[in-house]
Amino acid sequence: MSVSKRRAILSMPARYAINGVLMILLVVCLQALTASGALTGYYTKILILVGINIILAVSLNVATGYLGQLPLGHAGFMAVGGYTSGIFLKSVDVGQASGGQYVFYVIAAIVLSGIVAAVFGILIGIPALRLKGDYLAIITLGFGEIIRVVITNIDSVLGFDFTYGASGLKRIPKVTNVLNVALCIILTCLVIHMVMKSRHGRAILSIRENEIAAESCGVNTTYYKVMAFTISAFFAGVAGCLYAGNLGSLQPGGFGFMKSIEILVMVVLGGMGSMLGSILSAGVLTVLPEALRGFSEYRMVVYSAVLILMMIFKPTGLLGDYDFSLSRILERIGIGRKPQKKEAAK
Amino acid sequence: MKRYNEDAKLVPVPSTNIIPERDVDKSPILECRHLGIDFGGLTAVDEFNMAIGRTEIAGLIGPNGAGKTTVFNLLTKVYQPTRGTILLGGMDTAGMNTVQVNHAGIARTFQNIRLFSKLTVMENVLIGLHSSMKYRLPTAILRSPAYWRQEKGARERALELLSIFDMQDLAEHEAGSLPYGAQRRLEIVRALGTNPSLLLLDEPAAGMNPSETAELMENIVKIRDTFQIAVMLIEHDMSLVMNICEGICVLNFGRIIAKGTAKDIQNNPEVIKAYLGTRKEG
Repeated sequence: MSVSKRRAILSMPARYAINGVLMILLVVCLQALTASGALTGYYTKILILVGINIILAVSLNVATGYLGQLPLGHAGFMAVGGYTSGIFLKSVDVGQASGGQYVFYVIAAIVLSGIVAAVFGILIGIPALRLKGDYLAIITLGFGEIIRVVITNIDSVLGFDFTYGASGLKRIPKVTNVLNVALCIILTCLVIHMVMKSRHGRAILSIRENEIAAESCGVNTTYYKVMAFTISAFFAGVAGCLYAGNLGSLQPGGFGFMKSIEILVMVVLGGMGSMLGSILSAGVLTVLPEALRGFSEYRMVVYSAVLILMMIFKPTGLLGDYDFSLSRILERIGIGRKPQKKEAAK
Repeated sequence: MKRYNEDAKLVPVPSTNIIPERDVDKSPILECRHLGIDFGGLTAVDEFNMAIGRTEIAGLIGPNGAGKTTVFNLLTKVYQPTRGTILLGGMDTAGMNTVQVNHAGIARTFQNIRLFSKLTVMENVLIGLHSSMKYRLPTAILRSPAYWRQEKGARERALELLSIFDMQDLAEHEAGSLPYGAQRRLEIVRALGTNPSLLLLDEPAAGMNPSETAELMENIVKIRDTFQIAVMLIEHDMSLVMNICEGICVLNFGRIIAKGTAKDIQNNPEVIKAYLGTRKEG
C-alpha cells in the first residue's frame, strides 16, 4: 500500500469553494485598501504595474514553460493589445459614459484587445511554429520588431490618424485600477489553469516532453502549438490593454526587444512551467528596481547581480516546475475526507 | 481518405506469410506492397511485401542496420515512403501523417524510450487517451459536465489499462523515475490507450532479464487476446520471437530474405547466412 493512497481527499466542489473564497477575499482586501486611501498613488501605481507584469509573465509561461518553445516577441502582442484598446477607448469616449456603460466599455476593451492580439498570435504562430529552438526565437523576435515598426510608421504611410507614429498615442482614458487588474489576474490564472488541467493542456505538455511521442499518441502537434501560442498572445493583449489604461499614453518604443526580454527573465527566474513562480518573480522583479531607487547608481548592478546569482545557484528558477496547490497542502495535513477502507486496502 | 482500388489486387504480391486460421476470411489489417524508401542514394528498404492478419502476432527480425526500425517509421509515416503502398484494413494510407495514421489505428513504442518523463504515469496514459476524449477548449475552461464525465471515464480506462501490467499503484509516480522495465511497459500501455488495431513494438524486451522477458511474452499474448488486435514486433531476443510470433519476416540490407513460421525461419539457409555469415571456401 503506497503512502499516497492513505492521504485525505478533498472533493472537487470543496476545492473550488476554498479557492473561490480566497480569491474574493483578495479582491475585497485590495478594494478596501485602495478605497480607504491607505495606499498612496505611488504604491497604487506599483501595485498595478506588478499586476500587469504578472499577467505578462503567466501568459508567456504558457508558451515557454508549458509548450517548451522560446518566443521573443511577447512585447509585440502586448503592443497590439495596448493600441487596440487605446484606439477603442478613445473612439467610444469612455469619459462621458454612465456607470453601466463605462463598465461595459472597459470589459469590451479588455476582451477586444485580447482577441486582436490572439488573431496576431495565430497569424504569427502558424509560420513561426514550424521552426524550433533558436530559429523560433529569432523569427518571433523579428515579428515583434515588425509589429513595433508597423505601429511607428503606419500613419505616415497610409495617411491615417490611428497610432500617431513615434510621438505616441496620447490621452487614452485611464480606465485601469487595482480592482480590474486583480480581476484580470484571477481570470488569467483561472483560464490557464483550467486549460492546463484538461486534455488540451496535457497535449501541450506532451509536446514539451517529447514531440515525436506526442505525435504517435495522436496529438496534433501543430494545432496545439498554435493553440498555446494563441492563448499566450491573448493574455499578453489583455495586459497591453491594462498597460495602456494605466499610463494613458503609448509609445511604440516601449514595446521593443528589451520589453520581451524583461518578461522572459521573469518567467525563467520564476521557473519555467510554474505559474506561482511566474507570479512571484514578476512581483519581485517589478518591485526590486523601485525598492532600490535609494541607491540609484547601483540599482541596475544589484538587479543584474540578483539574476546572475539566481542562475548560478538555482538554474531551474525560483520554484523549478513546482506548481502551488492549496488543496494538496490541505490534503497533506489531513483535511478532507479520508479514503474508504476498500480503497486503502488495495 | 480513399479506399484502395480493388483492381490493384491483381498485382501479384509475393506473400508467403501465414495468416492465422481465425483471420483467414478477413482482409489483413496491414498490407505492405512493394514498399521502399531511399535516403539520398541509399536504399534503406526495398520491395517490402508483408501482410498481417487481424489478430496476428508478427515478428520482424534481422541483423543490426537491416532497416527494421525504418519499416516502423514508414508504417507510422515518420518517413514518407518513396515507393509502394501501405494498406491499413484495406485503406490506403498515402498522404497521411503520423497523427492521422495513429487515428486510423496504428500505435507504436520506441526503441529508445520516449515517455513524457516529467509527467506522472497517469498523465502519460491520459495523453495516450487524448483522442478518445472529445470535449473542446471552452468545455474545459467552463468545466461543464461533459468535461467531468469524459475525464472520469478516461481515468478509469487508464487505470484499467495500467492493470494489465499491474502498474495501477504507480499511477501518481513520475514516469522518468520508474525502473527501465516499467518504462517500457508504460510505453505499451500508452500506445494501447490510443485504441489501435495494430500495435508496433520496437524491441519491447530490450534491457529486460529472462524472467521479465517471459512475463512480457505472456502479456503480449494477453494483450492480443483481450483487445483482439494485431501486434508486430521487432526483437533481438529469439526466444521471445520464436515462441509467440505466428509469422516472422527476416530483413537484411533492407530486403526481405525469408518469411514464414518460426520453424521455416530457423531452418532457412539464407537466414543462417545473414546472422552467422558463411565459411570462407577454399
